[in-house]
Formats: sequence, structure tokens, C-alpha cells
Amino acid sequence: MKKGLLAAAAMCAMFATPTFAETIKIGFVTSFTGPGAAIGNDMKNAVELALSHIGNKMGDLDVEVIFADDGVNPEKGKQATEQLVLQDEVDIVAGYIWSNVLLASADTVLDEGKILISSNAGPSQLAGERCHENFFNVSFQNNQATGALGLTINRDGVEDLYIIAPDYAAGRNMVSGVEGTFTGNVAGRDMTVWPTQVDWATELTSAKAATPDGLFIFYPGPAGPAFISQYQQANTGIPLYSAFTVDGLSLPVLQSAGAEGVLGSFNTMHWSPDLDNAQNVNFVTDFQAAHSSYPSFYAAQSYDTIFMIKAAVEAVGGNIDDVDAMRAAMEATDFPSVRGEFRFGSNHFPVETWYKREVVIDAAGNWVNNIVEPVLSDTPDSFAASCTF
Amino acid sequence: MNTALVMEHVLNGFQLGMLLFLLAAGLTLILGIMDFVNLAHGSLYMVGAFFAATFTKLTGNFGLGILLAVPAVLLVGLVVEIVALRTLYARNHLDQVLATFGLVLFFNELVQIIWGPQGLVIPFPSAFDFTVTLPGGITYPAYRLLIIGMGFVVAFGLYLLVGRTRLGMLIRAGASNRDMVGALGVDIKLLFTFVFGIGAVLAGLAGMLYLPIGGAYIGMGELILINALVVIVIGGIGSIRGAFIASIIMGLIDALGRAFLEDFLNFFMTEGAAETAGPALSAMSVYILMAAILVFRPQGLFPPRSR
Amino acid sequence: MMAGIMRHIVSVRGIVIVALLLYLLFLPYYASAFYINVFTRILIWAIAGISLNLILGYGGMISFGHAAYLGVAAYTVLAFAEQGIYLGWVQWPVAIILAGVVSAFIGTLCLRTRGLHFIMITLAFTQMLFFFFRSLDRFRGDDGLRIKKRSEFDFGWFELDLMDRLTFYYLVFAILLVALLFVFRLVNSRFGAVLRGSMSNDVRMQAIGVSTYGYRLTAFVIAGMMCGVAGLLMANMERFVSPAVLSWTVSGDLIFIVVLGGSGRLFGPVFGALVFFLLIEFLGDITIHWQLIMGPFLVLVVLFARTGIDGALNGLDHKLRVRFGRGQSGDEEMSS
Repeated sequence: MKKGLLAAAAMCAMFATPTFAETIKIGFVTSFTGPGAAIGNDMKNAVELALSHIGNKMGDLDVEVIFADDGVNPEKGKQATEQLVLQDEVDIVAGYIWSNVLLASADTVLDEGKILISSNAGPSQLAGERCHENFFNVSFQNNQATGALGLTINRDGVEDLYIIAPDYAAGRNMVSGVEGTFTGNVAGRDMTVWPTQVDWATELTSAKAATPDGLFIFYPGPAGPAFISQYQQANTGIPLYSAFTVDGLSLPVLQSAGAEGVLGSFNTMHWSPDLDNAQNVNFVTDFQAAHSSYPSFYAAQSYDTIFMIKAAVEAVGGNIDDVDAMRAAMEATDFPSVRGEFRFGSNHFPVETWYKREVVIDAAGNWVNNIVEPVLSDTPDSFAASCTF
Repeated sequence: MNTALVMEHVLNGFQLGMLLFLLAAGLTLILGIMDFVNLAHGSLYMVGAFFAATFTKLTGNFGLGILLAVPAVLLVGLVVEIVALRTLYARNHLDQVLATFGLVLFFNELVQIIWGPQGLVIPFPSAFDFTVTLPGGITYPAYRLLIIGMGFVVAFGLYLLVGRTRLGMLIRAGASNRDMVGALGVDIKLLFTFVFGIGAVLAGLAGMLYLPIGGAYIGMGELILINALVVIVIGGIGSIRGAFIASIIMGLIDALGRAFLEDFLNFFMTEGAAETAGPALSAMSVYILMAAILVFRPQGLFPPRSR
Repeated sequence: MMAGIMRHIVSVRGIVIVALLLYLLFLPYYASAFYINVFTRILIWAIAGISLNLILGYGGMISFGHAAYLGVAAYTVLAFAEQGIYLGWVQWPVAIILAGVVSAFIGTLCLRTRGLHFIMITLAFTQMLFFFFRSLDRFRGDDGLRIKKRSEFDFGWFELDLMDRLTFYYLVFAILLVALLFVFRLVNSRFGAVLRGSMSNDVRMQAIGVSTYGYRLTAFVIAGMMCGVAGLLMANMERFVSPAVLSWTVSGDLIFIVVLGGSGRLFGPVFGALVFFLLIEFLGDITIHWQLIMGPFLVLVVLFARTGIDGALNGLDHKLRVRFGRGQSGDEEMSS
């Protein structure tokens, strides 16, 4: 048996062909099935737009992106990642919508000494204790988004805040993010059963009875429009602050349903379709032309992912097998981001500006998130300090 | 906390229960009479919501949308019954569970291909966009009262149909002795198709009524189906009355549990512990209830008398 | 005895099984690292399927909550790993015993019911456990937690390095063979006879003075512990545990694996797991709408392949035997 093992190992070594750096292969894990399929499609559209904008070239290298489906399931996502790394032998793995999928998959990429880039998921573990020199995040750290929202709520003079969010890991993170920066009084906090609870009459009744002057919610995916329409029907009159609920994907759905309750509600994000820089104007215009809808922030981050990789590939002169050089190039990254200025903090998470956004009607009559004001800038996330490579 | 607030939560419980009942009624009829476990019942709920959304958008009127969607769901239900399910009646529950689970996968994918992954939301029907003030100073949305009323109407209608008509007699007779009724010259196949049709329409109707509240989206059927199964097991398989009462119990446990369980737990444990235990316990509560009932009263609370 | 075994091997079904085992034995010679992982997973699912087959196929107990024991064992491994304890000699027995304890508790209550009620109550208990594990902040709820390294087995003179892909594969393969042998011996014993009797005619069993409850409960607990083995292997394989391992769809997949392969047939779950996962792999490569094909496939299997893959192979043999005039009638089975 022992001999057999050795022979097998030798065979494996023989078949491991060296990669010739004429093409850069990028694996991109996202959701094409299950409740996240709409997000996955949006990200794919943005990646493909980015590829056409760069003429499918990074430096002298041709670019090949292999998309893989995680089905919104950590085990499935891990297996998809394994296929990319071991079978397709990609050079870089990117994508990931969901924190749990990323957490399950990260070691598969990092153990092979390859670079891993998250285009959305930003779990605190990977920003702090489990941070890794080859892991980069081009979106945000989960707590940042709601932390900035908490600041916004303070600024708006809200004293009593009511919180309704789903009871699962991300939901609890979002709530602790808001409560971390919100300085007023939490008038009530309802954590709902996820994902089975889709009727919030009870919570909205309680919220109304508590007479707060602000309502914070977090309902990603198809639950978002459902919550918004019930919020509107409950007619509570409480100003709405949402996280990852009102975005480029849910707004067209809400608009077609005439859910006007969402107009004038607030959320925070590091990007917005109306951000005025050349890269963003180019991105938003061409995306709208191709798909006749605004891109979501998921799309914006995916678009940035491709340009970030491109900048690094060009900085190392196409020698992508030199992971140390690639990492150094990414750390000092300088690419045209749709967010304007972009830099990584010490833990490879972005240090970026957060904006208060409001849902408004644009000139063409479409509902969209527009920037009100910046609320936070140049602040690394709270986990950066506990990260050492 | 005052009486009006508590009553509002109780009404919420009733409304949740009635939606559940519409789904469970068809499920328990099909299971009790045809001895057939139909997991695809949840798919009809989903399809009903999608049809109603599409027709409402086409006609611009929710009522018209429902009027068009009901026959459409009936058609889908009948096609499924004739093409796939009919051959499964004679099989054991295991085969039925597996085959109908296959149908669930199929429907989810088909709906995604036709309507896209993002789901549909319709404008709230303006005719019901007001609140009603009930005695005792309770204000409650008219639409949710409509759902509660609908549940009672359907329950009463089914009671009359099964208990007071010739057709209902055949249905009951077919359940206790299929061959005998067949020998008397009744077309059992047709009878079963008819019962399945009723179930399909009720499931679709539940989806349609939910539509203005939460929209139509893929997977909405599975979420509620497990609860409906729990309801019919608690109520006693085949019993409309049992399904009705169990639905209300479930709705009340759900709504009141969510509203007050955490405050209640605060009497016994620290605030942090109560906060984590609360939602977990209310998620588990329906299963705990079902397990307890199955252990101590396996036939359910209200088993049908004639079996 | 020897002649009997020879006759089993010289048949289409026998040849397929021997060829399959040989293929699995020499897998590393032709499969890439990725496919070794794919097959390791399939074999772990096959072990779980074999455990379910024991109660479902031979005992008629349709458990729609078998994922519970996968979850209990996987979370036990995770809990030890979180404490920095990676010793296999500690992790594994505790995981298996805990799976046994949980299945004894659930079984004691559930086996009072039959039919659809049994399906529902097993589902209910697994859903309770699912929500329980999901609420545990310590294990990060839904997000789940990774495990830094696989279990350690250090014999002093020899160290079993499970982090090595091939070593782990062969360990799983060996455990699969042991599981097959164990179930083979079990169902062909007096115990197995009572178990099978309780499925086909419980009233008669009671009438001839055999109380089947104890037998069925014992089988239920053994199945739970075997499934625990699969669960701890799964935790080691993925080096990651989340509540998804207890979701009701996992229980459903396990039932389908058993039925697809042939319920109540020794090799059924192995065939079932192989075909199920390779088919998903294959369909997933063709289209993202693979469920559109998988769904009707499920229906067709139930409608037309009632004895599963193993049964179909057996049927083929039977036809051949009749055509060439060898052997007598009857559905002969290695396992029954």
C-alpha cells in the first residue's frame, strides 16, 4: 500500500503541468442558483462589462474568467472553489457574496498559496484574527456598513431607534454594527426567524407601539421588497434606515410595485451610481445601456475587482506566478475605482469613504439611491488592529 | 403594554393561521382521502402567487388578477395530477415524498426561468388600503381582516361541501373504502382529480392572498409547506376541523411567541441570554409542539371519526 | 459457501461491484487531486447512506431526519478542535457516542409512531437541532466555523497524517468497506431477521412472541452511530462545520441516495451516492438550470426504477440466467 501511495504521488506530480503565463485565469465564485441568483447575475454582468472595457487584456496577458456557482451554500461554495483551484488551476480566485461561503472556502485557496479576493463578503474573522497576507477584500468589512449607518442615524437626531433584523450570523453582526456607533436609546430590538419568517405584522405592531423616531432594518434578498411593502402598509410613519435591503436589485422590483414607502428612506454605502468620477460614469452608463437598469453595489465591487487585478498584473509585468510581487503590487494598489480614491488598510480591507444615501426618483423617472453626504472617511475597520500576518 | 396591543397581536396570529389553513386544508384533504403526501402543494402556492402577480400587472386590478389566476392554478394542478401524480396514489409514502420533492425542484427552476430570480411584488390593492377601527380601540389593516374572513369562509364552505353534500359523502366514502365506492359505479379517478383540484385552488389562493403582503418569490412554498405539514399532523390527518384549529394554534403561538417570549424569558434569565434563546425557541416551538403531540397523542388532536 | 460467492461474482451485478471496488481502490492512479476529493465526499455520503439503509431499507423506518447525527458528530469534532484538542482517539469515540445518545433519545420517542407520523416526527427533531446549532453564537451560528486541521492519530512509531489527501481517501474507503461488512453481517443475523420481519409484518412478529420495539430501537441507534462516523469524516473532509449539515434537504438527499441505489440492498447506497453526485456534477457543468432535469429524474426513478440501480442490475442477471437456462427462479440477493 505504501508503495502504491508513493507511485500515485509521483503520477500526480507528473501530470501537474507548469502554467505558462500567457493567459491569466481568474475563478469567480458567486450565486447563480438559489435565493442569491439575482445578485450573481448582476456581478457576472459587471465582470463581463469590465472585461470588455479592458479588451480582455491585462498587460500582455489574455484574461479568462471562470464563473462558478455556490448555490448560497457554504459546502457547495467550497467544492466549487476546490474545482477552480485544483481542476481548473486558476491563478486567482475572486467573487463571494456570502460570508459563510467565503469562510468555508478561504483555506482551499490560501493553502495552495494563491491570492483570494472577496468582491463582497467581508466577515470580521478575515479582517482580524484569521486575516491572511494573500487575502484581499475590495468591498467592506461587514460592521463598517452598519457602523456608518449608526453615525448617520445620530446625525439625523434620532433618539429612540427600533431594530428589526433576522436572527442569523450576518443579522446579528449588522445589529451590533449599528448599536456600536448609535449613541441614542434602543427602543426595541426584534430578531426574526430566518429565512422562514416572511410576515412582520407582529414586529411592526410592536415597533409602532414603541413610538421610536427611527427604524433600522436588514433584510437582504427577496425578503427585502416583502418587508418594505409591509412597512408601507403598516403606515407607521417611522423614518426607515436600511442596510443591504434597498439596492440596485430591489429598487426596480419595488418601483414596479409602486411601493412608495421606500422613497426618502436612508441607507449607507461606499458607492453610489451618481458618484462623479470618470470611471463610475463610464461604468454606470455602459451598464445601463446593456441591461437597462442601474448596477447594484455588488456589480460596482465586481467591476472594481477586475480593474484591481489588472493594475497588479501590469505592475508585475505579467509575471503572475510571482505571488510575493503580486501581493506587494496589490498592497500598493492604484487603480481607477468607481469609488474614486481606493486604498487597502493594513489588513487588506479597504479604507474608504461611506456616504449617506437616499432613495430618490431620477430624471428618467427611475428609483435610485443618491448620495446625500459623506458620513465617514479614512477610517480603517475596527478589526484591523488584531490582524498580524 | 395594553389590551389593544395584545389584541392586535392576537389578530396577527389569526391572520397567520388562516393563511396556513388555506394551504393545510387542501393538504389534509388529499392526504386523508387519497392517502397521498404532496410536497408539491407548496409549489402550487408559489405558482398561484406568480400567476396573480402577472395577471394583476396585466389588468391593473388585483381582483381581476385573482379571478384569472384561479383557473390558471387549477389547470396547472390538474395537469400535474394527470401527468405525474395519479400513478403515485397506490405507492407508499416514501415514493410519494421523493417524487413530489422532485416536482418541487422542477417548479422552482421553471419559475426562475419564466419570471427570473428576483421575484415579483405588486402594488397594494387600493381598495383595501385602509385600517379598520374595531371595538376597544384596536386599529387593524383591512386587508389582513379580509384574509381572516377568507379563512372562515373557506372553512365553512369545506364543512358544508364535505359534510352536507352528495359529493362530500362520496369523498368520505371514497376515503374509507375506495373499491366499494368504485364498485357502486362511481368514477374514483374523477373523484380524486376533483379533490386534488380543490386542494390546488386553495393552495394557489393562499399564495395569491399573501402576494400583496410579501410578494411572490422562489422558495416561498417550501417555507410555509413544512408548517402546513406540522398543522395537519397536529390537527389529525384528514380532519378539516383539526387543520382549522391547529392552524389557529400555530398562528397564535408564532405571533404571541415572537411578541412576548423574550419578555417572558427575561423573568428567568439575563437579558443577553433571553435575547439569543428567544428567537431560537420560537423557531423550535412548532416542532416541539408537534413532537409532544405525536408522542402523547399520535393520531393528532382531532382525528376524523370515520376511519 | 465458496461456490455461492463465486456465482454471485460471475454475474453482471457481481462484475459491476468488483470493478467498482477495484476502480475505487486504484483511484489515485487516474484521478486528479480534485476528483480524489470528489470521490472522498461521495464515499462519506455513501457511509451515511448505508447507515440510513439499515433502518429504512431493512427496517422500514423512513427517517426524514437522518442529518441530525451527521450534525451532532460534526459539531463534536468542531467543539474539540475549538478547544485545541485534535486527538482522534478523543474526538472520534466521543462524536460517535454522542450521535448514539441523541439517536437513542430521538428513537425512543419516534418509534412509538408509524408511517407518515414517523416521517414527520423525525423531521421535527432534526429541525429542532438545526435551530439549536444555529443559535449557538459560540460556533458562529449560520456562518459556521472552520477547523484548523484534521484529527491526529499518532501511534508513536507511525503517524497517520489525515491532512494528506490520499491517506484520508484510503481511510474513508477502508471505513466504507468495514461499514458494508458490518451491515452485511448484521442483516444476515437473527437480529436482522427480526428487523426485516418487523418491516414486512410487524403484527405477525408480535404474534410469534417477538417484541420488535427493542430491535428497532437498537437498529435506530446503530444507524445513528454509523451516521455519526460519516459526520465526523465530513467535518474532517471539509474542515468546516455549519448548521447546513443538518438541514432537511440533507436528510432528503440521503433518502434519495438510498432509494436510487436500491433500498434494502447492501450496495445500494454506494451506487446511489455515486450516481447522485456524479449526475449533479455532470448536469451542473452543462447548465445552471440542472434542477430542471434533476427534478423529473427523481420522479422517473420513483415511478420506474422501484428497486433502484442495484435491483436493476439484479434483474438483468435474472433475465440472463433465465435466457441461458442457468439457475432457478427467485430474486437472489447477497444481502438477504
